[in-house]
Amino acid sequence: MVLTASTCRTEAVFDYSWKNVVAAYWNRYPNPSSSHVLTEDTIKREVRDGKLYSRRLLSKTNPVPKWGSRFYNNVPVKIVEDSVLDPVAKTFTTFTRNLGMKKIMKVDEIVTYTEQNDGRTLAVRRAYISSQVFGFSRAIRAFGIERFKSNSNKASNGFDYVLRRMFPKSQSSVLHSASPAAGATGTFAAQQIDLSAATAAVAVPNHNSRIKSVTRIGYDYIKCHANKIAQLFSVRN
Amino acid sequence: MNSIGEDCNELKKQYDACFNGWFSERFLKGHTDESACAPIFRVYQDCVKRAMREQNIELREIDTEYTTNSEYENTGSSSGKKQSKS
Repeated sequence: MVLTASTCRTEAVFDYSWKNVVAAYWNRYPNPSSSHVLTEDTIKREVRDGKLYSRRLLSKTNPVPKWGSRFYNNVPVKIVEDSVLDPVAKTFTTFTRNLGMKKIMKVDEIVTYTEQNDGRTLAVRRAYISSQVFGFSRAIRAFGIERFKSNSNKASNGFDYVLRRMFPKSQSSVLHSASPAAGATGTFAAQQIDLSAATAAVAVPNHNSRIKSVTRIGYDYIKCHANKIAQLFSVRN
Repeated sequence: MNSIGEDCNELKKQYDACFNGWFSERFLKGHTDESACAPIFRVYQDCVKRAMREQNIELREIDTEYTTNSEYENTGSSSGKKQSKS
């Protein structure tokens, strides 16, 4: 039973050519904002019809909330990233998703990097977040969305650091759009269903009160039903 | 950046160095022949696949999901075109 997914779209402009951005992309870890990324491997790569297809496997830390650590181990979350790079059209698209723990939360993320007319690079980042956990799917998705927003800033700042180091310039280069902006693949902290996420969601101004209360109720519900969650986790792990 | 298999770190480093050179100096300049890094890639792959098996990372789960890519790809490229026109 999959309930409707939440989506989120953010944009960022990098003050670098598309070629610089894609060259830096393969070198973006480690950076000062990516301490949560543990490993990075290329597990498939080929050129087909002049396009470069890559599949990479990332593992990231998954801080377990205090109440959860009793029920399951702190296993790093595995992320699969597929990408297609077209050097002629100058488009680079990445598709990222978590492996395992999908019943708790499934995060599919798509980022497209394209060259703007002014020679800078536009990154459009979209995330589709869904949860199969009955009863509080919406609350879990709210956690995910808030995480996505707060992490996307961090992600593009980290990527920007790598760009500056590889292609030195004087000024900082990321221009965020109105919403908290995005850049690189970012963190998949979505699995971190913890109290700080709940607090963050509640504290955000302009957030409608319905989400607020659902988030709070959702958190309490999760807390009370940690056993059920532990069972769900054990299916996958 | 480390590999998922500790004993693959050195191979990964060598492959990444090869790939980065090829990517910037060859591929982005229109040369699509990818044989330059193929030998080191093969050795590195053997190591990573072994590490993944040891850690029970489900290759099957990765592979079955590959089918959803075409759907994403269409979404991605169509909006990408729109972006570049504006």
